[in-house]
Amino acid sequence: MSLEQFKNRNVGTQNYVKLDLDHTPTSGWCQFKQVVKRTFKPELFVGLWVTLREMINALFRGKMHTTQYPFEKLPISPRYRAIHDMLRLLESGHYRCIGCGLCEKICIANCITMETRYDENQRKEVSEYTINFGRCIFCGYCAEVCPELAIVHGQRYETASEQRASFSLFEDMLTPIDQLNLQQEYQGFGAVSPNADENIKKTPLAY
Amino acid sequence: MSEVQTVDNMVTISIDGVEYKAKEGEYILNAARANDVFIPAICYLTRCSPTLACRLCLVEADGKQVYACNTKVKDGMSVTVDTPNILEERRAMMEVYDVNHPLQCGVCDQSGECELQNYTLEMQVDSQTYAIKDTERHTANWSSVLHYDAGLCIVCERCTTVCKDMIGDSALKTTKRGGDKLDKSLKDSMPKDAYAMWNKLQKSIIAPSNGTGSTDCSDCGECIAVCPVGALVSRDFQYTTNAWDLKRIPAVSAHSSDGFAIYYETKPRSISDRREKIFRVTNEWNFVSLDGSARFGYDFENEDVTKDEKAFANAVEALKKAETIRFNSVISNEEALMLQTLKEKLGVKLYNPEVRPFQKFLKLYSEASGKSLYNSDSTKAMKCDFVVSVGGALRNDSPGLKYAFNNIQKMNKGAGLYFHPVGDKLIPTFGKNVEMFIHKAGLEEASLYLLLDLFADKSKLPADVKDYIESFENGKLIDMLGGDSEKFMAGFDKMMKKKEKFVLMVGEDYYGHPKAENLAKLIVLLEETAGFEVVMNPPKSNALGVALICDLDDEATGYTVGYNENGDFRLSALGDGDLDLPAFNQQEGTVTTLSKRVVPTNVAIDYGGYVLNDLMAELVDAPRLTIDWTPYLPTDKGYKSVAFDDLANSFDNAGNDNRGYLLDVTTKEVELPSVEKFDENATLEGDIVYRCNPPRQFSDFSDKAHQIFEAFGLYASEERAKELGSKVEVVFENGSIEVDVVVDKKMEGNIVALSDFKSAQNVYELFGESRYATVTIREV
Repeated sequence: MSLEQFKNRNVGTQNYVKLDLDHTPTSGWCQFKQVVKRTFKPELFVGLWVTLREMINALFRGKMHTTQYPFEKLPISPRYRAIHDMLRLLESGHYRCIGCGLCEKICIANCITMETRYDENQRKEVSEYTINFGRCIFCGYCAEVCPELAIVHGQRYETASEQRASFSLFEDMLTPIDQLNLQQEYQGFGAVSPNADENIKKTPLAY
Repeated sequence: MSEVQTVDNMVTISIDGVEYKAKEGEYILNAARANDVFIPAICYLTRCSPTLACRLCLVEADGKQVYACNTKVKDGMSVTVDTPNILEERRAMMEVYDVNHPLQCGVCDQSGECELQNYTLEMQVDSQTYAIKDTERHTANWSSVLHYDAGLCIVCERCTTVCKDMIGDSALKTTKRGGDKLDKSLKDSMPKDAYAMWNKLQKSIIAPSNGTGSTDCSDCGECIAVCPVGALVSRDFQYTTNAWDLKRIPAVSAHSSDGFAIYYETKPRSISDRREKIFRVTNEWNFVSLDGSARFGYDFENEDVTKDEKAFANAVEALKKAETIRFNSVISNEEALMLQTLKEKLGVKLYNPEVRPFQKFLKLYSEASGKSLYNSDSTKAMKCDFVVSVGGALRNDSPGLKYAFNNIQKMNKGAGLYFHPVGDKLIPTFGKNVEMFIHKAGLEEASLYLLLDLFADKSKLPADVKDYIESFENGKLIDMLGGDSEKFMAGFDKMMKKKEKFVLMVGEDYYGHPKAENLAKLIVLLEETAGFEVVMNPPKSNALGVALICDLDDEATGYTVGYNENGDFRLSALGDGDLDLPAFNQQEGTVTTLSKRVVPTNVAIDYGGYVLNDLMAELVDAPRLTIDWTPYLPTDKGYKSVAFDDLANSFDNAGNDNRGYLLDVTTKEVELPSVEKFDENATLEGDIVYRCNPPRQFSDFSDKAHQIFEAFGLYASEERAKELGSKVEVVFENGSIEVDVVVDKKMEGNIVALSDFKSAQNVYELFGESRYATVTIREV
């Protein structure tokens, strides 16, 4: 959205359109005349017709405008911060998390805990990962600090559950491997900015 | 404690226009650090020799560019830390260090405690100008504890330096990297020192010095501690946690008598199990170097203990009817005081075969010398330039004194003599001027007489001693002690060149020696006539504290309560006793170290059961907490009436140990003791067994730690082990023991060493007071 219209502060030069309004009634008789005139106008039926038309559209022609929550959900902003997702690498399908522990460190609600170990491939492996959603305040710092865009905020905003544990383990947040093709790249805080390339100085390489 | 800073040995220097006092002969870098002035440096280690690998400490002194780590201060010197040229050099150096450094900071075990990262930010390196083809570098496991990632290594050589100059194992060296040569044009285009540093960096990498893929060392892990990046890590620790998650608890090592200052680093052990666990032990590596037991022997806590009221009631009953309490030296000063109180109030005997001979020897020594304690310590010893070790297997018994012995050779251009019946191949490698005497067991007095002959001011010696020494013709004593008199005397003048401060390290062999009294007197004579400082090695852990606080008895009789020891009723912190007590990492209290310092240690792991103080409250009377005993430690033995919470626990920037307080040592004038002659024929013959633990093992507690794996056994040199076979029965006069034979490649000679760290094996009973025994060894 352009901000130009806000920057023009020369009040009075804008193109105001004047509404063609009647004069305000001055006497009791004039007020009575205005009421009678408005009451017996056919616009009432125009309005009733609109309602009737939309009802027919909705019920018989399948043009419903109401969102049938919870069966239907509106798309929400990619920057909305709901229950976390753990993303996978698109190439290999391996989870992106490298176990650096920055999310655990930055978490101001102290709700992230992880365990790591030295694995068979001599790499750092995340053996356990949990977020306590009873504590999480959905501030988004974890997603912002994550160097691998591995932990991001997803779209699951219904945080009511019978068990807190229902969505707090790594596997529950991880993109299911069979839905890897549906994995969306995160656009919220911590995502790579569109002009990231311009801000990076290239490191020289000798080969 | 620092030396007394007199006006004579202080000079004035100015750094960036501010005047500071500095010790004469000190390096600029150390002087700056002591005065809280920051000069960047990566490769320099306090107490070790400058390597000039990083060159970051470049400063301008009196208008000339010098390296602060190897330039000594002069009176009136004016130092500028940052000049435009130096800043340019430093930035170029950090850029060079960043060339091809893997961008795996996210998983690196240094996790932000990284000096490469810090200095890169400090020098504001935000872009890279240099590049070179990377060399293939592999990760490797060098030993049971060491993991090396060559890719992360910046070849600052701190690991090789500390291993050589401090630890003495010299197990690491720089080797060829096989990297590309630098472009010649860089020589002119880039800053001079950065180029030189890069040139060297491109050629070298670290490797075990024996040329194989694994280090042949004592696994102390000091190289891990000093590594500025994540190149060297402990295999057990690797990738298990980030440094910032760990809580640091200042404590004292529980195993050797050095009382090393350590930090236990803890965090909850897992997501489901929130009990604290010690993940690693770290240290102030610039000021204190740990041994393997202190660094890796940390997980000996008594886990999951709850208050078992029945066991507690039984323990109270047991203590009420006990005639003897048997314990060892893994006990805090406060607990020792409690046991002493029990002795005074209930009349129990205190039996501690580990400490009793040491206690007697201390008494003999102070009677002969008039001093309440020996006068040197491990820090003071490190400042000497001639060191003599007698009566101790330095490598096994006392890591701290071993480091001092080695450090003297490397840093003070020192010389050393090592007298011991068991040869050690490592000792002579400490320096060119180290002479090892492998003498027969029983000739300990002869070695002191030789020292008197070599060092004493003959005019001060009593006439009879002088005559006695002179009665040995040229070199007879040396030959008797297994030396080569002609060769030794030829080299001795060179050894003595420019030597001013002499230190004598006395080991555990002397304490239980049949002629201990004479040995103690000879030591005093050496002190008085040859100017030796003396430091004694308390056998283990808090042996000095026990020796000073408890009034020990010679034998155990009747119903015995064992505290971490065998007994009819066992109080144990090992988890296998009749009543559980907290282990050393679950206790607060103080420890008396080899350096006569009373140092505080803190609780690292929670403990839910009863403590000794609860028993005391039931039996006699006790204050609320264990540490409430601290101010009541016996002041007549040199302790001070200071509350536990008032004890400091830190080093200052100059490296002065400010932990706790030093014991007061009282001196009174006494005459020179009269010493006896020795019996040349009192040597032990036949198969001799020496009571001695492998390095890193001290007690059941070090044995319990999962990273200490040195086995209980009969340690022998390679040749001797071949003769013995794999398993033997060692028959003593009063019993026998069946043990596995373990090869110790560094041992020399025919004497074998039997471990004593398992209290259940009761090795102390087999040996009696002496550390040597003539035995029959049979293969089984």
